Amino acid sequence: MNAEKASSDALDRRLVAATQGGLPLHSHPYQILGEQLGISAEEVIRRLQRMLDSGVIRRIGAVPNHYAIGYTANGMSVWDVPDARIDQLGERIGALDFVTHCYHRPRQLPDWPYNLFAMTHGSSRQEVLDKVEQIAALLGADCRSYDVLFSTRILKKTGLRISA
Amino acid sequence: MPEAAHSPPLDAIDRAIIDHLQGDFPLCAAPYAEAASALGIDENELLTRLQRLLDARVLTRFGPMFQIERMGGAFVLAAMRVPDENWTSVVATVNALPEVAHNYQRESGKGCDFNMWFVLATETTDGIAAALEKIEAATGLPVYPFPKLREYFVEMKLQVRT
Repeated sequence: MNAEKASSDALDRRLVAATQGGLPLHSHPYQILGEQLGISAEEVIRRLQRMLDSGVIRRIGAVPNHYAIGYTANGMSVWDVPDARIDQLGERIGALDFVTHCYHRPRQLPDWPYNLFAMTHGSSRQEVLDKVEQIAALLGADCRSYDVLFSTRILKKTGLRISA
Repeated sequence: MPEAAHSPPLDAIDRAIIDHLQGDFPLCAAPYAEAASALGIDENELLTRLQRLLDARVLTRFGPMFQIERMGGAFVLAAMRVPDENWTSVVATVNALPEVAHNYQRESGKGCDFNMWFVLATETTDGIAAALEKIEAATGLPVYPFPKLREYFVEMKLQVRT
Protein backbone atom coordinates (compact mmCIF):
# COMPACT_ATOMS: atom_id res chain seq x y z
CA MET A 1 0.00 0.00 0.00
CA ASN A 2 1.53 3.33 -0.99
CA ALA A 3 1.56 6.43 1.20
CA GLU A 4 -1.18 8.18 -0.73
CA LYS A 5 -3.54 5.19 -0.41
CA ALA A 6 -2.83 4.85 3.31
CA SER A 7 -3.49 8.52 3.92
CA SER A 8 -6.69 8.35 1.89
CA ASP A 9 -7.91 5.38 3.97
CA ALA A 10 -7.09 7.22 7.20
CA LEU A 11 -9.15 10.19 6.05
CA ASP A 12 -12.05 7.91 5.10
CA ARG A 13 -11.94 6.40 8.58
CA ARG A 14 -12.03 9.86 10.11
CA LEU A 15 -15.03 10.64 7.92
CA VAL A 16 -16.73 7.44 9.13
CA ALA A 17 -15.99 8.38 12.74
CA ALA A 18 -17.31 11.91 12.17
CA THR A 19 -20.61 10.76 10.60
CA GLN A 20 -21.44 7.47 12.37
CA GLY A 21 -23.52 9.31 14.98
CA GLY A 22 -25.34 11.22 12.26
CA LEU A 23 -24.92 14.12 9.84
CA PRO A 24 -24.87 17.67 11.23
CA LEU A 25 -28.41 19.09 11.20
CA HIS A 26 -27.34 22.27 9.50
CA SER A 27 -27.89 23.81 6.06
CA HIS A 28 -24.40 22.87 4.91
CA PRO A 29 -23.54 19.59 6.68
CA TYR A 30 -20.71 18.61 4.34
CA GLN A 31 -19.09 22.01 4.79
CA ILE A 32 -19.13 21.48 8.58
CA LEU A 33 -17.66 17.99 8.24
CA GLY A 34 -14.97 19.36 5.93
CA GLU A 35 -14.03 21.99 8.49
CA GLN A 36 -13.74 19.28 11.17
CA LEU A 37 -11.49 17.17 8.93
CA GLY A 38 -9.50 19.95 7.29
CA ILE A 39 -10.80 19.28 3.77
CA SER A 40 -13.29 20.99 1.46
CA ALA A 41 -17.02 20.24 1.32
CA GLU A 42 -16.44 19.00 -2.23
CA GLU A 43 -13.87 16.51 -0.97
CA VAL A 44 -16.30 15.27 1.71
CA ILE A 45 -18.97 14.79 -0.96
CA ARG A 46 -16.53 13.04 -3.31
CA ARG A 47 -15.47 10.62 -0.56
CA LEU A 48 -19.04 9.90 0.56
CA GLN A 49 -20.00 9.22 -3.07
CA ARG A 50 -17.05 6.88 -3.44
CA MET A 51 -18.01 5.01 -0.25
CA LEU A 52 -21.58 4.68 -1.56
CA ASP A 53 -20.28 3.36 -4.87
CA SER A 54 -18.00 0.82 -3.17
CA GLY A 55 -20.66 -0.28 -0.66
CA VAL A 56 -18.85 0.99 2.46
CA ILE A 57 -21.99 3.12 2.86
CA ARG A 58 -25.22 1.26 2.15
CA ARG A 59 -27.30 4.43 2.09
CA ILE A 60 -27.58 7.89 3.63
CA GLY A 61 -30.78 8.98 5.34
CA ALA A 62 -33.20 8.40 8.18
CA VAL A 63 -32.84 5.32 10.40
CA PRO A 64 -36.24 4.79 12.07
CA ASN A 65 -36.93 3.08 15.35
CA HIS A 66 -39.20 0.29 14.06
CA TYR A 67 -41.34 0.29 17.16
CA ALA A 68 -42.07 3.99 16.84
CA ILE A 69 -43.28 3.67 13.25
CA GLY A 70 -45.68 0.83 13.94
CA TYR A 71 -43.62 -2.35 13.61
CA THR A 72 -44.06 -3.59 17.14
CA ALA A 73 -43.48 -7.22 16.20
CA ASN A 74 -40.04 -8.20 14.98
CA GLY A 75 -39.49 -11.89 14.39
CA MET A 76 -36.15 -13.46 13.66
CA SER A 77 -37.14 -16.68 11.92
CA VAL A 78 -34.43 -19.35 11.96
CA TRP A 79 -34.41 -22.50 9.86
CA ASP A 80 -32.51 -25.76 9.66
CA VAL A 81 -32.13 -26.49 5.95
CA PRO A 82 -29.69 -28.77 4.08
CA ASP A 83 -26.29 -27.07 3.56
CA ALA A 84 -26.19 -28.27 -0.02
CA ARG A 85 -29.41 -26.38 -0.81
CA ILE A 86 -29.00 -23.31 1.37
CA ASP A 87 -27.81 -20.83 -1.26
CA GLN A 88 -30.71 -21.61 -3.56
CA LEU A 89 -33.20 -21.45 -0.67
CA GLY A 90 -31.65 -18.32 0.84
CA GLU A 91 -31.97 -16.43 -2.46
CA ARG A 92 -35.65 -17.36 -2.69
CA ILE A 93 -36.45 -16.42 0.92
CA GLY A 94 -34.45 -13.19 0.63
CA ALA A 95 -36.52 -12.23 -2.41
CA LEU A 96 -39.80 -12.27 -0.41
CA ASP A 97 -40.99 -8.69 -0.01
CA PHE A 98 -41.52 -8.97 3.75
CA VAL A 99 -38.02 -10.30 4.55
CA THR A 100 -35.67 -7.42 5.48
CA HIS A 101 -32.52 -9.44 6.15
CA CYS A 102 -31.62 -12.97 5.09
CA TYR A 103 -28.35 -14.71 5.92
CA HIS A 104 -26.59 -18.05 6.03
CA ARG A 105 -25.04 -18.36 9.50
CA PRO A 106 -23.26 -21.29 11.19
CA ARG A 107 -25.08 -23.80 13.36
CA GLN A 108 -23.86 -24.14 16.97
CA LEU A 109 -24.49 -27.83 17.59
CA PRO A 110 -25.91 -29.20 19.76
CA ASP A 111 -27.34 -25.93 21.11
CA TRP A 112 -28.45 -24.37 17.86
CA PRO A 113 -29.42 -26.38 14.76
CA TYR A 114 -30.46 -23.46 12.51
CA ASN A 115 -28.39 -22.19 9.58
CA LEU A 116 -30.76 -19.84 7.69
CA PHE A 117 -31.88 -16.57 9.32
CA ALA A 118 -34.72 -14.43 7.88
CA MET A 119 -35.91 -11.27 9.66
CA THR A 120 -39.54 -10.20 9.33
CA HIS A 121 -41.39 -7.21 10.75
CA GLY A 122 -45.09 -6.58 11.35
CA SER A 123 -47.67 -4.76 13.42
CA SER A 124 -48.50 -7.90 15.40
CA ARG A 125 -46.99 -11.26 16.23
CA GLN A 126 -49.78 -12.89 14.26
CA GLU A 127 -48.80 -10.96 11.14
CA VAL A 128 -45.19 -12.10 11.57
CA LEU A 129 -46.30 -15.71 12.20
CA ASP A 130 -48.42 -15.61 9.02
CA LYS A 131 -45.33 -14.54 7.09
CA VAL A 132 -43.28 -17.27 8.73
CA GLU A 133 -45.91 -19.77 7.55
CA GLN A 134 -45.35 -18.53 4.01
CA ILE A 135 -41.62 -19.13 4.39
CA ALA A 136 -42.30 -22.62 5.77
CA ALA A 137 -44.56 -23.39 2.80
CA LEU A 138 -41.90 -22.21 0.39
CA LEU A 139 -39.18 -24.30 2.04
CA GLY A 140 -41.40 -27.38 2.15
CA ALA A 141 -39.50 -30.58 2.91
CA ASP A 142 -36.19 -28.67 2.97
CA CYS A 143 -37.21 -27.28 6.37
CA ARG A 144 -36.16 -29.80 9.02
CA SER A 145 -37.05 -27.54 11.96
CA TYR A 146 -37.52 -23.85 12.67
CA ASP A 147 -38.21 -21.29 15.36
CA VAL A 148 -39.20 -17.63 15.58
CA LEU A 149 -37.57 -15.38 18.15
CA PHE A 150 -39.56 -12.21 18.81
CA SER A 151 -37.80 -9.17 20.16
CA THR A 152 -39.31 -8.16 23.47
CA ARG A 153 -37.07 -5.17 24.14
CA ILE A 154 -34.49 -3.03 22.41
CA LEU A 155 -31.67 -2.98 24.95
CA LYS A 156 -29.33 -0.83 22.86
CA LYS A 157 -29.33 0.67 19.38
CA THR A 158 -26.49 3.00 18.57
CA GLY A 159 -25.02 1.53 15.39
CA LEU A 160 -21.35 1.49 14.54
CA ARG A 161 -18.92 3.32 16.83
CA ILE A 162 -15.31 3.38 15.72
CA SER A 163 -12.59 5.74 16.83
CA ALA A 164 -10.94 7.90 14.20
CA MET B 1 -33.44 2.29 25.54
CA PRO B 2 -37.15 3.17 25.72
CA GLU B 3 -39.26 1.83 22.91
CA ALA B 4 -40.73 5.22 22.03
CA ALA B 5 -44.09 4.13 23.43
CA HIS B 6 -44.75 7.72 24.47
CA SER B 7 -43.83 9.31 21.17
CA PRO B 8 -46.12 12.06 19.96
CA PRO B 9 -48.30 11.04 17.02
CA LEU B 10 -46.76 11.47 13.59
CA ASP B 11 -48.45 13.75 11.11
CA ALA B 12 -48.48 13.39 7.32
CA ILE B 13 -45.29 15.43 6.88
CA ASP B 14 -43.42 13.36 9.50
CA ARG B 15 -44.52 10.21 7.70
CA ALA B 16 -43.41 11.58 4.33
CA ILE B 17 -40.01 12.49 5.79
CA ILE B 18 -39.50 9.01 7.26
CA ASP B 19 -40.81 7.16 4.21
CA HIS B 20 -38.92 9.18 1.59
CA LEU B 21 -35.66 9.96 3.35
CA GLN B 22 -34.41 6.46 4.21
CA GLY B 23 -31.88 6.69 1.41
CA ASP B 24 -30.64 8.86 -1.44
CA PHE B 25 -30.01 11.87 0.77
CA PRO B 26 -28.47 14.40 -1.65
CA LEU B 27 -24.73 14.91 -1.88
CA CYS B 28 -24.66 18.62 -2.68
CA ALA B 29 -23.87 21.89 -0.90
CA ALA B 30 -27.34 22.32 0.65
CA PRO B 31 -28.81 18.79 0.83
CA TYR B 32 -31.54 19.54 3.39
CA ALA B 33 -32.89 22.32 1.15
CA GLU B 34 -32.94 19.93 -1.81
CA ALA B 35 -34.58 17.11 0.18
CA ALA B 36 -37.11 19.52 1.69
CA SER B 37 -38.06 20.84 -1.72
CA ALA B 38 -38.80 17.29 -2.93
CA LEU B 39 -41.13 16.91 0.09
CA GLY B 40 -42.85 20.27 -0.53
CA ILE B 41 -41.56 21.90 2.67
CA ASP B 42 -38.75 24.33 3.36
CA GLU B 43 -35.31 23.59 4.72
CA ASN B 44 -35.96 24.98 8.19
CA GLU B 45 -39.06 22.88 8.62
CA LEU B 46 -37.19 19.73 7.59
CA LEU B 47 -34.32 20.47 10.00
CA THR B 48 -36.72 21.23 12.85
CA ARG B 49 -38.74 18.08 12.26
CA LEU B 50 -35.65 15.86 11.96
CA GLN B 51 -34.40 17.20 15.29
CA ARG B 52 -37.79 16.55 16.88
CA LEU B 53 -38.00 13.00 15.44
CA LEU B 54 -34.50 12.28 16.75
CA ASP B 55 -35.30 13.74 20.20
CA ALA B 56 -38.48 11.64 20.37
CA ARG B 57 -36.45 8.57 19.27
CA VAL B 58 -38.73 7.99 16.31
CA LEU B 59 -35.46 8.10 14.39
CA THR B 60 -32.41 6.51 15.94
CA ARG B 61 -30.08 8.37 13.59
CA PHE B 62 -29.94 10.52 10.47
CA GLY B 63 -26.86 9.85 8.37
CA PRO B 64 -24.87 7.16 6.57
CA MET B 65 -25.45 3.44 7.23
CA PHE B 66 -22.06 1.77 7.04
CA GLN B 67 -21.07 -1.67 5.90
CA ILE B 68 -17.81 -1.72 7.81
CA GLU B 69 -16.75 -5.07 6.31
CA ARG B 70 -15.91 -3.12 3.15
CA MET B 71 -13.32 -1.16 5.16
CA GLY B 72 -11.74 -4.18 6.82
CA GLY B 73 -14.03 -4.21 9.84
CA ALA B 74 -16.63 -6.71 10.95
CA PHE B 75 -20.24 -7.01 12.08
CA VAL B 76 -21.07 -10.20 13.95
CA LEU B 77 -24.35 -11.33 15.48
CA ALA B 78 -23.92 -13.11 18.81
CA ALA B 79 -26.26 -14.61 21.37
CA MET B 80 -26.29 -15.56 25.03
CA ARG B 81 -28.51 -17.46 27.41
CA VAL B 82 -28.81 -15.12 30.35
CA PRO B 83 -30.43 -16.39 33.55
CA ASP B 84 -33.19 -14.12 34.87
CA GLU B 85 -31.33 -13.42 38.10
CA ASN B 86 -28.32 -12.04 36.21
CA TRP B 87 -30.29 -10.20 33.55
CA THR B 88 -29.84 -6.60 34.71
CA SER B 89 -26.13 -6.85 35.35
CA VAL B 90 -25.44 -8.69 32.08
CA VAL B 91 -27.39 -6.06 30.10
CA ALA B 92 -25.28 -3.35 31.74
CA THR B 93 -22.02 -5.21 31.05
CA VAL B 94 -22.81 -5.96 27.41
CA ASN B 95 -24.25 -2.52 26.61
CA ALA B 96 -21.24 -0.78 28.15
CA LEU B 97 -18.97 -2.08 25.37
CA PRO B 98 -18.69 0.39 22.48
CA GLU B 99 -18.31 -2.61 20.14
CA VAL B 100 -21.96 -3.54 20.84
CA ALA B 101 -23.89 -1.70 18.11
CA HIS B 102 -27.29 -3.00 19.11
CA ASN B 103 -28.74 -5.46 21.55
CA TYR B 104 -32.19 -7.07 21.67
CA GLN B 105 -33.99 -9.20 24.18
CA ARG B 106 -35.76 -12.04 22.34
CA GLU B 107 -38.10 -14.84 23.26
CA SER B 108 -39.11 -17.97 21.41
CA GLY B 109 -42.48 -19.65 21.36
CA LYS B 110 -40.72 -23.00 21.32
CA GLY B 111 -38.68 -22.76 24.49
CA CYS B 112 -35.36 -21.72 22.91
CA ASP B 113 -33.52 -19.96 25.74
CA PHE B 114 -31.11 -17.78 23.76
CA ASN B 115 -32.62 -14.59 25.12
CA MET B 116 -30.00 -11.91 24.41
CA TRP B 117 -28.98 -11.12 20.81
CA PHE B 118 -26.50 -8.42 19.99
CA VAL B 119 -24.41 -7.23 17.08
CA LEU B 120 -20.72 -6.47 17.49
CA ALA B 121 -19.27 -3.91 15.08
CA THR B 122 -15.50 -3.50 15.09
CA GLU B 123 -12.89 -1.78 12.98
CA THR B 124 -10.90 -4.94 12.45
CA THR B 125 -11.92 -8.59 12.29
CA ASP B 126 -9.58 -9.28 15.26
CA GLY B 127 -11.69 -6.89 17.33
CA ILE B 128 -14.59 -9.37 17.29
CA ALA B 129 -12.73 -12.17 19.07
CA ALA B 130 -11.42 -9.69 21.64
CA ALA B 131 -14.92 -8.35 22.31
CA LEU B 132 -16.37 -11.87 22.64
CA GLU B 133 -13.66 -12.75 25.16
CA LYS B 134 -14.28 -9.58 27.14
CA ILE B 135 -17.99 -10.37 27.41
CA GLU B 136 -17.39 -13.98 28.43
CA ALA B 137 -14.82 -12.92 31.05
CA ALA B 138 -17.03 -10.17 32.46
CA THR B 139 -20.25 -12.20 32.61
CA GLY B 140 -18.96 -15.73 33.14
CA LEU B 141 -21.43 -16.86 30.47
CA PRO B 142 -20.65 -18.44 27.08
CA VAL B 143 -21.24 -16.24 24.04
CA TYR B 144 -22.27 -17.88 20.77
CA PRO B 145 -21.13 -16.01 17.65
CA PHE B 146 -23.15 -16.27 14.45
CA PRO B 147 -20.97 -14.63 11.78
CA LYS B 148 -22.65 -14.30 8.41
CA LEU B 149 -21.42 -16.92 5.98
CA ARG B 150 -23.45 -15.42 3.18
CA GLU B 151 -25.79 -12.47 2.82
CA TYR B 152 -28.78 -13.17 0.54
CA PHE B 153 -30.67 -9.93 1.08
CA VAL B 154 -30.57 -6.78 3.21
CA GLU B 155 -32.97 -3.90 2.69
CA MET B 156 -34.19 -2.35 5.89
CA LYS B 157 -36.62 0.25 4.60
CA LEU B 158 -39.99 0.10 6.35
CA GLN B 159 -42.89 2.44 5.58
CA VAL B 160 -44.57 4.21 8.51
CA ARG B 161 -47.68 2.42 9.75
CA THR B 162 -48.69 4.65 12.64
